[in-house]
Amino acid sequence: MKWTAMLFALIFMAGLGPASGVAGTLRIDGSTTVLPFAQKLVEAFMEKHPEMNISLSGGGSGNGIKALIDGTTNIANSSRFLKDEEVKLALERGVYPVPFAVAYDCIVPVAHPANPVTDLTMARLKAIYMGEIKNWKEIGGVDKEIIVVSRDTSSGTYEVWDEKVMRKERVFAGALLQASNGAVTQAVSRNKYALGYLGIGYLDKSVKALTVNGVPGNEETALSGQFPISRALFMFTKGWPTGDTLTFINYVLNPTKGQKLIREAGFVPLH
Amino acid sequence: METRQTGENAIRVGFLVTASTSILVLFLILLFLFVEGLPIFQKVSVSRFLFGQEWYPTSSPPDFGIFPLLVASLAVTLLSAMMAIPLGVMTAIYLAEIASARIREVVKPVVELLAALPSVVIGFFGMVVVAPFLQEYLDLATGLNLFNASLMLAFMSVPTICSISEDAIYSVPRELKEASLALGATHWETILRVIFPASLSGISTAVILGMSRAIGETMVVLMVAGGAAIIPTGIFRPVRPMPASIAAEMAEAPFRGDHYYALFAIGMVLFVFTLCFNLMADHIAQKHKQVGAATL
Repeated sequence: MKWTAMLFALIFMAGLGPASGVAGTLRIDGSTTVLPFAQKLVEAFMEKHPEMNISLSGGGSGNGIKALIDGTTNIANSSRFLKDEEVKLALERGVYPVPFAVAYDCIVPVAHPANPVTDLTMARLKAIYMGEIKNWKEIGGVDKEIIVVSRDTSSGTYEVWDEKVMRKERVFAGALLQASNGAVTQAVSRNKYALGYLGIGYLDKSVKALTVNGVPGNEETALSGQFPISRALFMFTKGWPTGDTLTFINYVLNPTKGQKLIREAGFVPLH
Repeated sequence: METRQTGENAIRVGFLVTASTSILVLFLILLFLFVEGLPIFQKVSVSRFLFGQEWYPTSSPPDFGIFPLLVASLAVTLLSAMMAIPLGVMTAIYLAEIASARIREVVKPVVELLAALPSVVIGFFGMVVVAPFLQEYLDLATGLNLFNASLMLAFMSVPTICSISEDAIYSVPRELKEASLALGATHWETILRVIFPASLSGISTAVILGMSRAIGETMVVLMVAGGAAIIPTGIFRPVRPMPASIAAEMAEAPFRGDHYYALFAIGMVLFVFTLCFNLMADHIAQKHKQVGAATL
């Protein structure tokens, strides 16, 4: 009995060792939306602090928060705030996740570059995603069925869309579901009659960004709140950060360091 | 003498342990699957879960009806079987009976190489090449649909079906064929009336294993099936088979939330399907076992 207990203790120590705070190592996990700029932040940070060893992975917001609660990561990236279930689980384990808003993300509706439609109102976007408007000709386009492209219902991007555009209504079941920003870009850029939505960091020339209520989605409109579909992106720490975690969070929030990189990565910095 | 005996015993135990490892692992995975999946049935009844039409796991209140996903999985598997069975079985007959040894040596490895293609590569091909092609030439609303996914899955199950069928056809006793030819049957008649029936159990096993590969395949259906959680009204409509839903949603589902449990429950349903397919294959193989020429 004693033997097995010791064995278990050993396994646990081996498993939890790196995350339980060996100086100079940090683990970051979470949202795939945050991943592109987190990658840049980590690279630049490690260049300035060569003694630091940071491992970064993107298992999704839910997985990141779970890892933070389980103690297997130091920082959880998330494209949304905590859910009730997660708060409950954290409190059960005696963990207090502290949120830091690090950037803004702006979700922009996109269509094929050849599509004549350039602007959609929030009401029309909602009606299209509810399956009420089915044809482009109803909104000033050609007489073709609208191919509605949406994200998997548990992605952070979908949640923002759901919250800002759908407002408690459900995306109709006939919408195509794609599992990543990249897959949405693929689907929309290869279909002349598709309508989708992307995080602003993923916009490129293969798709056409549409204006919403006449407002283009960009840095100023996202921060000023004019653009209606934007959200904050978070880094969560386990309790108030100390040591290396604090150094890193400070770096991320610094206007001339981290925030500059966030802008370069195509996201909207706080300042 | 003593040491030899000990050595023998040690080897015996060693192999026993190795053999039990995989069984133990399978058992643990199953246990995990059921422990994580069953709690959802405290929230929704089994029939609501299986036959519910609405899959909205994250709205409040959520709906956990997987019927559209279930139908999509079955539709994709059946359609891909309809493409893969003739292709696989005929290739097998050609290879075992008609092709010369030299052609066989070249073609068989090439067909088997198809099985070595990573599914993500096949999915990518379907998404970037086949989907725009279908859209363009068939004037479809979207090329990401049931037909495209089935076609890609057919590519994946052909090697399985072909390879196992070919072995079955090849192992039909030579006497049977010789007797048939001696009685004046042509080569074609011999293939159709003698060799094909004699290897039917092996071919059935091949088909079922091929289909069980198709129903569990994830990457391809995630990439090319389109992902609409609706019951398809035609073969060019987008669908969302069960594995695609699990793969797309698992990463972001809150740990041990209802959505998480529901995804595991879908995994249970998938497991039951593949288990049935495998039992069926096993049953057919056992029942129609060909032992020598006399049993035909």
